[in-house]
Amino acid sequence: MEAARCVTFGQYLRPHFYLLLLIFLRNGPHTVEGVWPLPQTFTSSIERSPLSPEAFYFEYGSQSAAQQGCSVLDAAFTRYFPLIFPDYTGEVAERLLLDLKAPLAKVPVTTTIPSQWGLIHYLTRFYCIPDNLSVSARQASLNAETVWGALRGLETFSQLVYQDDFGAHFYHYFVNKTEIVDFPRFQFRGILLDTSRHYLPVKTILQTLDAMAYSKFNVFHWHIVDDPSFPYQSRTYPDLSSKGAFHPMTHIYTQSDVRRVISHARLWGIRVLPEFDSPGHTASWGKGQSDLLTPCYRGSSLSGTFGPVNPVLPSTYQFMARLFKEVSSVFPDSHIHLGGDEVNFSCWSSNPDIRAFMKKMGFGVDFTKLEAFYMENIVNITSALNKTAIVWQDVFDYHELIPKDTVLHIWKGTPASYQAELSRMTKAGMKVLLAAPWYINHISYGQDWHQYYNVQPLDFPGTEEQKKLVIGGEVCMWGEYVDATNLTPRLWPRASAAAERLWSDEKQTSSADKAFPRFQDLRCKLVRRGIRAEPLYVGHCKHEYQGV
Amino acid sequence: MTAPLQLALLLLTLGFSRGLQPGPRDDYEESAETERVFAASKYGSLWPLPQKVKISDVSFKLTGVTFRITDAKGSSSGASCSLLQNAYRRYYEYIFGGSRVQHGAEGRRAGPSVLTELQVLIVSADSECERFPAVTSDESYELTVDQPYAVLKAPKVWGALRGLETFSQLVYEDEYGAKSINSTTISDFPRFAHRGILLDTSRHFLPIKVILANLEAMAMNKFNVFHWHIVDDQSFPYMSRTFPHISQQGAYHPYTHVYTPADVKMVIEFGRLRGIRVVPEFDTPGHTQSWGKGQKDLLTPCYSGDKPSGSFGPVNPILNTTYDFMSKFFKEISGVFPDAYVHLGGDEVDFNCWKSNPDIQKFMEQQGFGQDFSKLESFYIQKLLDIVATTQKGYMIWQEVFDNGVKLKPDTVVHVWIGGGANEEMGKVTAAGYTTILSAPWYLDYISYAQDWQKYYKADPQDFKGTEAQKKLVIGGEACLWGEYVDATNLTPRLWPRASAVGERLWSAVDVTDINDAFSRLSVHRCRMVERGIPAEPLFSSYCPREYKGI
Repeated sequence: MEAARCVTFGQYLRPHFYLLLLIFLRNGPHTVEGVWPLPQTFTSSIERSPLSPEAFYFEYGSQSAAQQGCSVLDAAFTRYFPLIFPDYTGEVAERLLLDLKAPLAKVPVTTTIPSQWGLIHYLTRFYCIPDNLSVSARQASLNAETVWGALRGLETFSQLVYQDDFGAHFYHYFVNKTEIVDFPRFQFRGILLDTSRHYLPVKTILQTLDAMAYSKFNVFHWHIVDDPSFPYQSRTYPDLSSKGAFHPMTHIYTQSDVRRVISHARLWGIRVLPEFDSPGHTASWGKGQSDLLTPCYRGSSLSGTFGPVNPVLPSTYQFMARLFKEVSSVFPDSHIHLGGDEVNFSCWSSNPDIRAFMKKMGFGVDFTKLEAFYMENIVNITSALNKTAIVWQDVFDYHELIPKDTVLHIWKGTPASYQAELSRMTKAGMKVLLAAPWYINHISYGQDWHQYYNVQPLDFPGTEEQKKLVIGGEVCMWGEYVDATNLTPRLWPRASAAAERLWSDEKQTSSADKAFPRFQDLRCKLVRRGIRAEPLYVGHCKHEYQGV
Repeated sequence: MTAPLQLALLLLTLGFSRGLQPGPRDDYEESAETERVFAASKYGSLWPLPQKVKISDVSFKLTGVTFRITDAKGSSSGASCSLLQNAYRRYYEYIFGGSRVQHGAEGRRAGPSVLTELQVLIVSADSECERFPAVTSDESYELTVDQPYAVLKAPKVWGALRGLETFSQLVYEDEYGAKSINSTTISDFPRFAHRGILLDTSRHFLPIKVILANLEAMAMNKFNVFHWHIVDDQSFPYMSRTFPHISQQGAYHPYTHVYTPADVKMVIEFGRLRGIRVVPEFDTPGHTQSWGKGQKDLLTPCYSGDKPSGSFGPVNPILNTTYDFMSKFFKEISGVFPDAYVHLGGDEVDFNCWKSNPDIQKFMEQQGFGQDFSKLESFYIQKLLDIVATTQKGYMIWQEVFDNGVKLKPDTVVHVWIGGGANEEMGKVTAAGYTTILSAPWYLDYISYAQDWQKYYKADPQDFKGTEAQKKLVIGGEACLWGEYVDATNLTPRLWPRASAVGERLWSAVDVTDINDAFSRLSVHRCRMVERGIPAEPLFSSYCPREYKGI
C-alpha cells in the first residue's frame, strides 16, 4: 500500500485585539534568504502570508498514513512550533496538544509508522498557499513518502518563516507563497564525533543531533572508543570502561545514555552508526581486557607495552564475537563501523608468536595479510549478526577480497588521491563514503568553509554506475583539540557547508559567493535556536548568542 | 602529614599518557613536539608561575565549613573595602565551589592538619581600595601557607587580588576529594606592568556578559589591562552622551547592539574589582566608517574624477569642525573612562580617498606637504594628540604614528603590532626613548591546527637588540583577539587558554621557559577555568575531572 503521508498547516480564525506601538518603520520588501541546504526545486513569490502563533497548528492530512500517535511526527510538531515562532511565550505545549486533538478526534489512526531503519530516500513535497484575503483559507501542505521526509519538510518550512519587526502588520511572522519539491542528492550525510580523545557529555551530543537536523544530516557516526579512552559501558565487558575510560563514573556512556542518544536521533531522522575500531586504535581496550592486545617485544623479552589487537589468539575472536553481539543489539542501525585503519605493524613484527603464526599461514613478512586475515574474521562476525560493515579505506587498500556489500570509507589524501581511490573502489563494485575533504577538525584562519563547499564528490573517472556507488559523505570532527567547550562553534556552521554539498543539486550550488548570504542567514538561525554557531565574517545577527 | 603527590594531578597524568598515542587518522604529520610526555609539575597548577615559590610536602586540609578569608589585624583595609570583601567571597566560592555541601557534615573542630584561615594584610597606609588600578600599581604580594593560618601580605589591594588567585591555585583535591593545600611560601610580582587583552566589539558586537566573563578569566591569568577596541569601521556600539546619533546610526542596531553609559560603567567597575584597567580605543583617522553614518562632514568625501563618488574615506583632517568634534568627543571619553590612558589608534590609514579629494589636495599644497600623505596623517594626529593632552590623559598609539615621526609626549605608549620586523621596531621605539608594548606575536585571531599556544609562549617582548635602559622601556604586551571571526559563540574558547600562554610570559620571570612544565601546569589550569565556568578549550587529548557544563 503506497499511501501518501500528509501533514497540513493551518490557522484558526480568531478575533484578536492588538495594541500596536510603532516607533519607527524600516520598511522595504523582505528578501527571503531561503533554505539551507538548498532544496532541489524551489519556487517562491513575493506574495506573503502572515502567521499567528495563536492560531497556527499542525494537522495530519486525512489521507495520511501517519496519524496522531506517530511518535516521530507528534514529537516533531512540538519541537518545530517554538522553532517557527521563537518569540512566542504563550502556552505552547498545551495549546498545541489541544489543537492536535480537536481535528483528529474524528480521524481514526489508519497506519502505524514503519520502523525499518535503513538508508532511506526522502521525497518531500511541500506547498504553501497563502491567501491574504481569506484567513480561513490559508493552508500549507507537506507531502512525503515517509515520516523521514516529513521531518525534512518541517525543517524546510521552519526556515521559510521569517519575522518582520518593523512592518505595519498585525502579525509578526510571515511565510511567502512557496512550492518546493525536495529530496537528497546522497543518502548518507554524516557527522563523526570522537568521544574517546575527549569525553563529550550526553547533552553536547544531543544538541549536536539537533543542529544536524537543522542542516538535514542523517547519520551520526559515533567514534565512541579509541586509544585514549573507552567510555562505552559494555554490559558484557564492564571492565572495558571501568578500567579504560578517563573516569569510570563520570566519563562513561551508560546503556541508558546510549539509548537516549539513539532515540533522540531517531526523532530527528538521524541514524546512529557506532564505530568500534580495531585492530589498531585500541590501547584503551587493553586496560580492561587482558590478553586482547599484542604484547610488544624488545629483542627477546617483553617490553611491557602493547600493540594492536592480538590476531593470533582464538580468545580474541571469542571476545569480539560477544562484544559485537552486544553492540549489534544495542545499536539498531543496519550498519556498523569496524574501523581497520592505521595499524602499526612494528609491535606485531616484534612478537615471536605472531611471527610463528605468519609463517604457519604462509604470510611471509607481509603484515597487511595478517591485518586482512583479522578484518575478514571480524567482518564475518558482524555479517553473521546481520549487520553491514563499514570500514576505513585501509582495509580495501590492503585486501580487495571483502564482502561486496561492505562500505568503504575514504579518509586520506589530496583531492587527486581520493579521486583515484573513488575510481578504484567503485570500479571494484564497492559502495563508498567520502570523508577525506571534510576533516573539519583541521582549522585555519578565514573562511575555510569554501573548501568544504567546493568539494565535488562525483568528480572522478568512472561510469555512471560507478558514480551511483558513492552513497554519500561525512564530516569528521576528530577529538584531539575539541571537547564540550569548543565543539559546537568549531562544527557549526562549517559542517553545514558540507551538508549542502551532500543534499543539494551541485549545479545550483556551485558558487560559494552566491551561497554566502544564505549561509550567513543560516548561521543566525542556528544562533537563534541556541546553537553556538560561529560567525562567518564581520556582521551581526539580530539575536546574538545569549550564553557565555 | 605528608602528601607526596598531588593526586588530582596524578589523575590527569593518566589522562594525558593515554592521550599520547599515535596521532589521528590524519594525513597531517603530527609534530613530535606535540607528543610530549606529561608529568605533574612540582609547581602543581600555578599559572602564571610566581617569581619565587617554595612548596613543601607538608599538607593541610581545608573545609568549606571552617575555612575563612579574613582581614588581618593591622591591615589598612577592612570590612569597608568591598573590593577585597567581594574578592574573598569570589575565591571562597572558587575554592569550595560544588563541594560545599558534601563537607557540610564534617566536624567543626579544626585539627592540627586543618587550615582554617587565610589572613590578608595590606601593609601600606593607603590600600588603594577605592582607587582605579594604574600602570604604576603595585601588584606584588607575599603568601605564606602554614599553621596556624595562611598569610597573604601585600602593599596594596592589587597585590592581594593576585595573591588570592595564587592561593586558590594552590588548593587541590586529595584522593578522597578533600580540599588540600601544601605548606608554601611565595613571593611574587609581575615582570611587566602592562598585561593586556584586546577585544574588538565593532566587527562583532559582544554582549556585556561575554565581556564580563572574559574579565573574570583575565583575573584568573593575572592580566591587568582590558584594551577595549570598542569602535571601528564596521560598527559604533559606544553610546555617546554628547553625540548619541553616532551609535544610533553607526551601531549594528541602535538598541540591541550598543553599550549604554551604564554598561560601560559596569565593565569598568567589574574590571576595577579585579585589578583590571579598562583602556578604551577610539581609533582615528582610519577605521572610522561607522562614525560617519551619524556625524556629518566628519569623514573625507572620496572623489571619482571630479565628482564625489558617494563613498567616504578617513576622518577629514582639513576641517576645523573635525577638531571641534574631537575636542568634545574626547572630553566625554576622558570623563567616562577613568584610566590615565586612552588608545588613539592611528593605524592603517588608506590614502587613496584623501588623494582623490580636490580640497585635500589644495590643503596639501598650502601646507607644503607635496604628495606625502603621511605628513597629512601626522598633521591630523598631532592636532588630535594636543587635544587629548588637554584632557589630562596619556595616550597609547599604534606603531605607525611613531613611524611617521609624529611628535609624541614623553609618556606615550607605542603599541607594536606589525608582524615582520617587530623586534627591530621595538629597538627603534625604545631607542627613541618611548615606552612600548608588544602585540605582534600575539594576534590570537589567527588560528591554526594543533598547539599554537607554544608559539605564543616562546615569544618574549624583550627579545630585541638594545641596551638595558631600552629593555626597561618595554612595559608589557597584549594578546589581541580581533573580531572578524569571533563573537559570543566562539570568543571564550578561542581566547582561553591560548591567551594564558601570553599571561605567563608577561607575569613570570624571564627564565620560565620549560615548555613541558608549562604544558603540565596549563593543562590543569585550563580545567580549573572550565570548572569556574569559563569554556576554555583543551590543549590536547585528555579530560578534566569536571567537564564543561554548558553547551
